[in-house]
Amino acid sequence: MVDGNGAAEVANGAVGPLYDAAPIIEVQDLSISYDGKTALQDVTLDIYRHEIFGIIGPANSGKTSFLRALNRMEAFNLGMEVRGSVSINGKNINDWQNEYALRSRIGVVFPLPVGLPLTVYENVAFSPRLRGIRKRAQLDEVVERCLTRAALWDEVKGRLDSLGSLLSGGQQQRLTIARALSQEPELLLLDEFSIAIDPVTTMRIEDVLKELCGELTIVLVTNLVQQARRLADRTAFFLMGELVEIGATEDLFEGKVKDERTTGYIEGRFG
Amino acid sequence: MFTATRLNRRSYRTQSLAKAVFFLMTVALVIPVLIIVGTLVVKGGPAISWEFLFTAPRDNMTAGGILPALVGTIWLVVVALLASVPVGVAAALYLSEYAPDNLLTRTINLAIINLAGVPSIVHALFGVGAFVYFFNMQQSILAAGLTLAIMTLPVVIVATRESLQAVPHAFREACWNMGATRWQTIRKVVLPNSISGILTGVILEVSRTAGETAPIMFTGAAAFLAFLPESVFDQTMAMSYHLYYTATQATDVPEQLTFGVALVLIAIVLAMNATSIGFRVYLRGLKKW
Repeated sequence: MVDGNGAAEVANGAVGPLYDAAPIIEVQDLSISYDGKTALQDVTLDIYRHEIFGIIGPANSGKTSFLRALNRMEAFNLGMEVRGSVSINGKNINDWQNEYALRSRIGVVFPLPVGLPLTVYENVAFSPRLRGIRKRAQLDEVVERCLTRAALWDEVKGRLDSLGSLLSGGQQQRLTIARALSQEPELLLLDEFSIAIDPVTTMRIEDVLKELCGELTIVLVTNLVQQARRLADRTAFFLMGELVEIGATEDLFEGKVKDERTTGYIEGRFG
Repeated sequence: MFTATRLNRRSYRTQSLAKAVFFLMTVALVIPVLIIVGTLVVKGGPAISWEFLFTAPRDNMTAGGILPALVGTIWLVVVALLASVPVGVAAALYLSEYAPDNLLTRTINLAIINLAGVPSIVHALFGVGAFVYFFNMQQSILAAGLTLAIMTLPVVIVATRESLQAVPHAFREACWNMGATRWQTIRKVVLPNSISGILTGVILEVSRTAGETAPIMFTGAAAFLAFLPESVFDQTMAMSYHLYYTATQATDVPEQLTFGVALVLIAIVLAMNATSIGFRVYLRGLKKW
């Protein structure tokens, strides 16, 4: 899994000992545009294995576009154009001829929850089934574990056979998280995962995320600056398609910043 | 102050007027249907009997029943269905789920819509040239059924594509993001949720096939055959052509008999449409979002 060519480049404010030396994601000069309109401009950064990497920034700053590019979602977004290179585990994602295999290793949660029109159980068993798991007992185990981690198990354990698309908004959001976890991903991309979830449940999920980063790497896009502070090891600040600053989360929140705009945003003076 | 202004009153009057006009148009639409069905029932109803439905015509079409035509119509519909549904659904799946949105795809979509607008007599002549002569099928159920299939293909494609597109795009993205291929997504999520629309389109197509005359006139329909077709290579009688023939070609046919044929034909079509609506209602009850 760890490849040879990540020569421990400690750039972008990495704080060494916390992470494995080899970055899992290397982003080089990434630019994204929609129908010629630029959403993200020349972003270069590394994301390290087993860290939680936070991305903050006001609306329209390119955070979501960044996540989409990591999963090669330009394939199903008309007009989305990606330039530059993204490597995961040292391999350029465009070199995956089988893009489905790539996506199956990356769990994604977007702010609008999508409960597939299948039962709750089948929603979570979908990805394991794609991986070829057939045994009911094994599926049961995955479904329970993922729903528990997404803090949904207690609410739905009695009605696993009802439709996922008929759950409440917040429940569907957690169902989406459970589904992403059921992929047993190496990389988890979260975009505003808590937007429809109450604060108490959000805290429970955040605790799970902290545990999970022992197994995987998490990229967390959030509008809640405090959420980034609670969770992220390092945080990047995006503004109007530009990567303004990247650094250890503590440093950013304690005012050790290079750019005035970062402090301005974190302290709520604009955004 | 809680009083209506002049502007309020005027909008209210306009709104009432608009509603009345639309209602009248709707009524105007229903009246001809009622008149047609009413006339058919009154004039053709007395002709309907077991003998009428289950014997062949006698005495130069002036007596007897319609059995060969009834059976022939079923043959034609089945052949047309078997030919057009697999092709139509597959093409719609490609266009809706796989094809990139480019000039070629848009051209093909446009062509399909135009194909639906081609007059049936043109399809008929195409059928004569292609199936009867070029593929040497002679005048047969096969040639006539395939001609009907070509004619209804665009309807199947458009109906299928529309019901596929009615499945929210977010469902597809969610599946793709989990690494499901396009086909896995189609099979597990898209098709199960669009099948009601597809079935409805197919059944509507069937009812249209049953009523068409021009495409089968030169490709496989016969005015009179005392026996029932035994294979797709036989010629056959058909309800629509039988109606045309008894109404305009044969002499001394009792009026009651002609109306009876029309009544049975329209009953077949209405029954199919009712089935289609029933299906739709049933499957919509199972809809999952």
